[in-house]
Amino acid sequence: MKLEIKVDPVACDGYGHCAEVAPEIFSLDEWGYPIIRTPMVPPALLAIANLAVKQCPRKALHLAQVVEAPSRRR
Amino acid sequence: MTSPGTQNPQLRLLAGTEGGRRLNHAEHLAIHAELPLPDAHRHAEHWAQDFVKQVEVSGLTGRGGGGFPTARKLSGSIGGHHRHIVVIDAMEGEPAAQKDSVLAAYAPHLILDGAELLAAALSATEVRIAVARDNPAASSSIEAAIAERGRRGRRGAQFSVGTPPGRYVAGEESALVSWLDNGDSRPTYRPSKPAVLTIGRRRAYVENAETTATLALIARHGGGAFAAQGRDRSGGMALVTLSGAVSEPGVHEVAVGTPLGEIIALGRPTGSVSGILLGGYGGTFVGPEALTAPWSADGLQPLGGAPGAGVIIVLSDHSCGIAEMARIADWMARESAGQCGPCVFGLPALAEDLSLVAAARNKGRIDVRLQAHLDVIEGRGACAHPDGVVRMVRSGLSVFRKDVAAHLEGRRCASATAPTVLTLPANTGVLPWR
Repeated sequence: MKLEIKVDPVACDGYGHCAEVAPEIFSLDEWGYPIIRTPMVPPALLAIANLAVKQCPRKALHLAQVVEAPSRRR
Repeated sequence: MTSPGTQNPQLRLLAGTEGGRRLNHAEHLAIHAELPLPDAHRHAEHWAQDFVKQVEVSGLTGRGGGGFPTARKLSGSIGGHHRHIVVIDAMEGEPAAQKDSVLAAYAPHLILDGAELLAAALSATEVRIAVARDNPAASSSIEAAIAERGRRGRRGAQFSVGTPPGRYVAGEESALVSWLDNGDSRPTYRPSKPAVLTIGRRRAYVENAETTATLALIARHGGGAFAAQGRDRSGGMALVTLSGAVSEPGVHEVAVGTPLGEIIALGRPTGSVSGILLGGYGGTFVGPEALTAPWSADGLQPLGGAPGAGVIIVLSDHSCGIAEMARIADWMARESAGQCGPCVFGLPALAEDLSLVAAARNKGRIDVRLQAHLDVIEGRGACAHPDGVVRMVRSGLSVFRKDVAAHLEGRRCASATAPTVLTLPANTGVLPWR
């Protein structure tokens, strides 16, 4: 099962907590909003990914199971 | 007004509306005849399958900008156990598009016919038609048309008009459905796409007004006859809105596949065409080489463009493409719904970069900063608004690359001091979200 980490950009207020907890997964843009460096979370990073999800002050992060089907564009 | 040769004058969305005439129900029936609908529910399923088949043959694709095959969208929703509500999107927040407003104002009964068809096919009991609050000509025309036919459609569906605030993003599918579901007219975050949008407990089937009206022609004349009106594989007719450096801006009904230059000639360009923005402010710039390309999905795809919602904005050598692009980017930045950081902060930064390039003030490697901003904004909003701006700017930088290079070297292009030609409306920032 593959897991993808996603940010809800509407909920995110740019606290930047995720990049402190999990710098392997998140960096911040010049305005302080997260850029996801590794969308597909490797098993070794799953624990800190979960921590980032749990600790996000805006509850803007979530891990989604990746469905292996061709996605429709737009 | 139209261009192609062997044509059926009844197979026109704008038939009888010449000179800005609104067709009442009797006049509409005199031109288009009665709409074929299944008369009883027991026939409905078979009828719906046949209807989808005709739509498939017609080759119709979404005229709201997405360009997705309408038959595939329909067949994905028909026959399931979900209850549907039909939503007709005539919001047309794109300032350079006028066609849905023209249809609503002059041929409202075609839109209502198409909505009847969708309601019948989806067994929906309610149809909501969304028109921007600041567009009373369109909303009152639809209201009057509903009153003429009776509040309930021929098969009992209830019709009503909703008027969300006329903001740029308010017609985006999720924003529209949010408003109809008593929320703000702002886009919502949908982690998986295509997303299911709901109003109460019903699934919203959202269709653009022109697409809906076109269904009314296809149901009457058949998918094959509609497709045959086109000039290439995509087939059919579509509405375009011409603006920019043309002396006669406006809405035209054209055969899909007509060379872009032929369409632009209808508006009488005021100068030598230097670039064309296709699809809207969040669309794609193509260069003058596109004038010979067929205006269709197939014809424009090699150039990176698409017909989208039929917007064609012409730029000429009388004004600086970079300056025009900078103004559009600035306008779009102010139309952000204000929800996502990369859009709220990224678009103004991008607009600022562009205005510096337009002014040929290349302080501190503005080109590098511009590219970095484009890269960092893309794909990071809840809706496609920021991505549209990125697409417009990237394609514009390519089409106007010679001028861009000159501006970056501190030499402005020949037309840089000329006044800009695009007329941008006032930003909608003062409007409410509800």
